[in-house]
Amino acid sequence: MRELPVAETIRHGVLEIEGLRVRADGGTLLDVPRLVLGGPGPTVILGPNGAGKSLLLRCLHGLIRPDRGAIRQDGVPLDAAIRQRQAMVFQRPVLLRRTVAANLDYVLRRRGLGRGDRRARIGALLAEGGLARKARQSARSLSGGEAQRLAILRALAIEPEVLFLDEPTSALDPAATQAIETLVKRASRRGMRVVMVSHDIGQARRMARDVVLMRAGRVVEHAPAAAFFAAPATLAARQFLTGTLVI
Amino acid sequence: MLKPGAGWLRAVAVAAAVMLAGAARAETPFITVQSTTSTQNSGLLDAILPQFTARTGIEVRVVAVGTGHAIRNAMNGDGDVLLVHDKAAEERFVADGWGVRRFDVMHNDFVLVGPVEDPAGVAGGQDAVAAFRAIAAARAPFVSRGDDSGTHKAELRLWKLTGLDPVAASGEWYRETGAGMGATLNIAAGMGAYALTDRGTWIAFGNKAGLDILVEGDPRLFNQYGVILVNPARHPHVKAREGQAFIDWLTGPEGQAAIAAFRVGGEQLFFPDAR
Amino acid sequence: MQDFAQEFTRALGLILSGDPGLWEIVLLSLRVSVLAVLISALIGMPVGAVLAVYRFPGRRVLIVLLNALMGLPPVVVGLAVYLALSRSGPLGGMQLLYTPTAMIVAQVLLVLPIIAALTRQVVEALDEEYAEQLRSLGVSRLASVPTLLWDGRLALLTAVLAGFGRAIAEMGAVIIVGGNINHVTRVMTTTIALETSKGNLAPALALGVILVGIAVAVTGAVSALSLRGDVEALRHA
Repeated sequence: MRELPVAETIRHGVLEIEGLRVRADGGTLLDVPRLVLGGPGPTVILGPNGAGKSLLLRCLHGLIRPDRGAIRQDGVPLDAAIRQRQAMVFQRPVLLRRTVAANLDYVLRRRGLGRGDRRARIGALLAEGGLARKARQSARSLSGGEAQRLAILRALAIEPEVLFLDEPTSALDPAATQAIETLVKRASRRGMRVVMVSHDIGQARRMARDVVLMRAGRVVEHAPAAAFFAAPATLAARQFLTGTLVI
Repeated sequence: MLKPGAGWLRAVAVAAAVMLAGAARAETPFITVQSTTSTQNSGLLDAILPQFTARTGIEVRVVAVGTGHAIRNAMNGDGDVLLVHDKAAEERFVADGWGVRRFDVMHNDFVLVGPVEDPAGVAGGQDAVAAFRAIAAARAPFVSRGDDSGTHKAELRLWKLTGLDPVAASGEWYRETGAGMGATLNIAAGMGAYALTDRGTWIAFGNKAGLDILVEGDPRLFNQYGVILVNPARHPHVKAREGQAFIDWLTGPEGQAAIAAFRVGGEQLFFPDAR
Repeated sequence: MQDFAQEFTRALGLILSGDPGLWEIVLLSLRVSVLAVLISALIGMPVGAVLAVYRFPGRRVLIVLLNALMGLPPVVVGLAVYLALSRSGPLGGMQLLYTPTAMIVAQVLLVLPIIAALTRQVVEALDEEYAEQLRSLGVSRLASVPTLLWDGRLALLTAVLAGFGRAIAEMGAVIIVGGNINHVTRVMTTTIALETSKGNLAPALALGVILVGIAVAVTGAVSALSLRGDVEALRHA
């Protein structure tokens, strides 16, 4: 794997949430009065199943419209133009029924890149993700780890300011997980804001600069990773870290 | 880079162009003739029409259906000339203003065919009405066109003369196919049934399998064909000049000679009788 | 009934003799049905895809209607097209009755619902998988239609094939609107009916054999094409 050059150190993509609420069938699925993701990142959102982690991520990316509340990126309310500067990787990679290279080409073409630029960019991305030799293979024939790597490369292809990842390694073995984490860490180091949902405490320890702990649709704690793991401020966080937190 | 569909679209476009090129062939003048299955199934039209086309340069497109169907199509204006065999219906067609004038063209006769085992014992007779009675009495299977065609009408006229109503036995020994002459003969051959057919279709029919002519020669089995130009006053698009040219040729010496010369297995199928 | 083996031998003899009349009929059949299927695909695929991707009032009704139309009896379609194109009908002035164009129109009406309904199914299933990812990539619903159609290409090819099978094998519609006119609108199925009614079983059987042969050839060609299509996609990428 080759590294892309570090572009910038000034970090864009500061995300702000205010008065966010999502309801369904009379119940409140998400209730976040205020949350700002502005540190160097990566941010890892932790919590038990059903805590609303994925829902929060989808709200931030504009895939789900909240019933109430505002989401801003760099002070600008989330709209189509802002969303163009975001990308998301899903728990199960959704790859087009085309070649590996064509999956990358699809997004680059949509961004209006010329033929030569696309070719160069695809080459660099595939080298970065260790998939250069699979360029002409059907994307559907990749292994689980390779498929998720391609999904991340496709997200990186448009050089988003914010990269959302929804439990990207939950179905992968340790080696594949490590490859994914390496890709994500590099992106973060290059200045991309990374917001990642996980329920794997080990992964959070390896990746996170700050941790958001959620439970039952609410943010319980948002702290720098070192502080969160060394001295969790809340009972819920202590319970979660010892594996005794349920819902 | 991948261009979705580019190669495929090109292939499709080329295929479409080739297909359309085939469709856009030069149009020669033509007329549409609504006619009956007997003239087509016997091979008569295939034999004589090229002679007319060679003489006049007019192509004749034949739609071959039952006489009743042909008359209705002509009433809708979907033909220039009507060539059928049900004189009563033809005269009504002209009287109601749908056709210009009716001309006799040719005749042949109907024959009663049936299984050589002949369960009703009608073979060798000349009286068609008596034969029909015998078939009804024996409840021997009889296959009817049942399609309002000229042959079907002729058959119903014969039943009327017997004073019997075979339709009451429909589905039992009396079977109505609702199909063309050939299809009806195939069914008769398949189930060893009696059937009324025009002689032309019978002679040319290739699947006689166990069937033979049992009754013929009754004057009531006479089968007259007529030709009519569809009335341009009713349907202004009718190609009256070309249509009349065809009628003139068919009823003239050349057409009449062509009809007389048409033979299947050495046998003459149609007898010209235009006046 | 003549001996089947004997009729079959004569039928094969006819095919191998390269009888020009026979091939004229086969070519006309192909021309009519291929064009009908192309037109149906060009209209039916976008229609099916839009039904799959968009939600609007009356959509369920349209889908049920489309599925029901898949089983439309050819004779009914033939009759409807006859009534429309007849000189006494609303479109009589176009002079299309008893032409190959009329047969194409009738076959489009038979094939279009099949292609549209199957496309709807294929695209809807694919969209279920793709929708969130495409939204994430900023692809609008409208823009996702070509993407979904292209990615469903193999399943859609099968839909087109099903449509072609229906078109080339149906007789009820083309015999009414085409009139089975020699050298003009006589196709394989109407010839089979005509020759059978003449009791000429060998030529009827010969055309039947060719009809089956075409079905096999098309299926084979399509699977070969779809294979090559994939290889092509790989090469272009």
